[in-house]
Amino acid sequence: MRKGELARSAMDQTLIEKILSRKCKRNVCAGEIVIVDGLDYVFTHDASGPLVLSKLNELGGEMKLDPNRVCVFIDHVVPSPSANISNDYRALKGFALGKGVRFHDQGCGVCHQLIAEHYASPGDIIIGSDSHTTMAGAFGAFATGMGASDVAIALKTGKTWLRVPESMKISIEGELPKGVFSKDVILKIIGMIGAEGANYKSMEFHGSAIRKMSMEGRMALTNMVVEAGAKCGVIPPDEETKRYLEEMGRGERYVEIESDEDANYSDEISIEADGLEPMVALPHNVDNVVPVGEVLGEKIDAVFFGSCTNGRIEDFKVIDDIIGGERIDSSIRAIATPASMNVYLRALRSGIIERLMSAGVVVTPPGCGLCIGVVGGIPADGEALLSTANRNFLGRAGNPKARIYLSSPATAAASALYGVITDPREVM
Amino acid sequence: MVFKGRAWKFGNDITTDHITPSRYMHLRSNLAELAKHTLEDLRPEFPSSVKLGDVIVAGKNFGAGSSREHAPTVIKMLGVSAIVAESFARIFYRNAINIGLPLLICDTSSIKDGDLIEVDLQGSTVRDLTNGVEMRFKPLSEEMLKILSEGGIVNYVKKYGDLKF
Repeated sequence: MRKGELARSAMDQTLIEKILSRKCKRNVCAGEIVIVDGLDYVFTHDASGPLVLSKLNELGGEMKLDPNRVCVFIDHVVPSPSANISNDYRALKGFALGKGVRFHDQGCGVCHQLIAEHYASPGDIIIGSDSHTTMAGAFGAFATGMGASDVAIALKTGKTWLRVPESMKISIEGELPKGVFSKDVILKIIGMIGAEGANYKSMEFHGSAIRKMSMEGRMALTNMVVEAGAKCGVIPPDEETKRYLEEMGRGERYVEIESDEDANYSDEISIEADGLEPMVALPHNVDNVVPVGEVLGEKIDAVFFGSCTNGRIEDFKVIDDIIGGERIDSSIRAIATPASMNVYLRALRSGIIERLMSAGVVVTPPGCGLCIGVVGGIPADGEALLSTANRNFLGRAGNPKARIYLSSPATAAASALYGVITDPREVM
Repeated sequence: MVFKGRAWKFGNDITTDHITPSRYMHLRSNLAELAKHTLEDLRPEFPSSVKLGDVIVAGKNFGAGSSREHAPTVIKMLGVSAIVAESFARIFYRNAINIGLPLLICDTSSIKDGDLIEVDLQGSTVRDLTNGVEMRFKPLSEEMLKILSEGGIVNYVKKYGDLKF
């Protein structure tokens, strides 16, 4: 690095440069390769955990990382539908209990939601063997998905290597109109920049619309940055971050981290919140996005409410407000999967679960559910599924002959009521 | 390292769900069985017809989606020697290098399905021996070549004891 560059990076840093500099105890800047020692959380789950364990065994099986910083989640296929899968779960549980790491068994919820409820805090470095690990960036953390070998090496050595990413600054100013939610914002952005529009980059969110957004809403943004190829998504921690951390019982871990005004961004995007509309991603790509108005009246067969993107209490409140005491359309199969047991219990105690069930919605135990397409309502050949999840790839819901549309919980709820894709603004 | 094989041509945005469909998650501890379903939703004949040394050739954003390392692993297990594409999704790129499967970035528009392809890792060239076109790719870094020559990052760490770069 040249002297001038060091001076610049010391003065003006993006949020991700700040976060990584804190951890590396020196000023780092985009493009550099850094070794991060002192990872805050490293996690795996049932889908990639067996491969992580086999890689860790190849490395000798020893774990240098503090077990309190390691989490194992059983979330993708729950409750287990087969002996094979149960045997994998037994092995993962055996590993977790043997090493004394944090273990969240079947039914506790989706890893990313549990990371949000129990672990992530501003400034953390979090790596998980799941692409939507990016979600924890909503806390002002560096969080990214890696494969089994990288996670095994992180467990073995306590370290990982990273290329400090360039940053894309996304400013969203104004007020989101009624019926428009953070999911619509991120779908809009992915539609604008494409499925590799932020490849390798950090997407850094700013603006008054972000500051007004709840943590739960922000999580839908950072959850889906990977659908634009991003390495991570980050939001500067603020009063709302602090409130959420306090609510979850770890308010003391709040720290302020902010990017510098003259930080160097590879791209800058400005969006007027007031002009946004409900958006829908059409089969079979997440960047195939249109305003809901272009697909009004398209027949759907099933609706999925849930996932790490939109299975939180705030989402279920919106769904409940829209469905109210009505029955969903008789042609629709609707399935709701709360993102965690905490979400499930809150929805249960506030009467939401009872109202949804009375409306004709099937409520399943917490987990990834239909998003991963192994259990929980696989669509038939030719059927159309409207989902609040993050991916509509061919075959994603378990059947390559089905079509998947993605939307906000509000659009999904309105569409469940009428049996066709419906603009939520018409029923709110 | 020089590889030679037939091109299997794919388009843009080939996702990890195309490569290893989620519905086969019950096979995640049985990679040999999982490999039998590689890319089957796009080309059902791929897992049974691909030959040792063959090269996958694709457009933009190959490997988008999940962090499942199973995706590059089953491709390698079937004998594919390298993937040549216009661009790769980030996690897939890192995973493939980590398991010792070379990924090369260059213009793939002139390559047709079934062409005979020769890849020279050190020479940074992809030659289409069928149409005679030669393309250069951005050379791989020394660390990546080292990881590839060790057969993956797990072997690399076993040999060197740590991350050395």
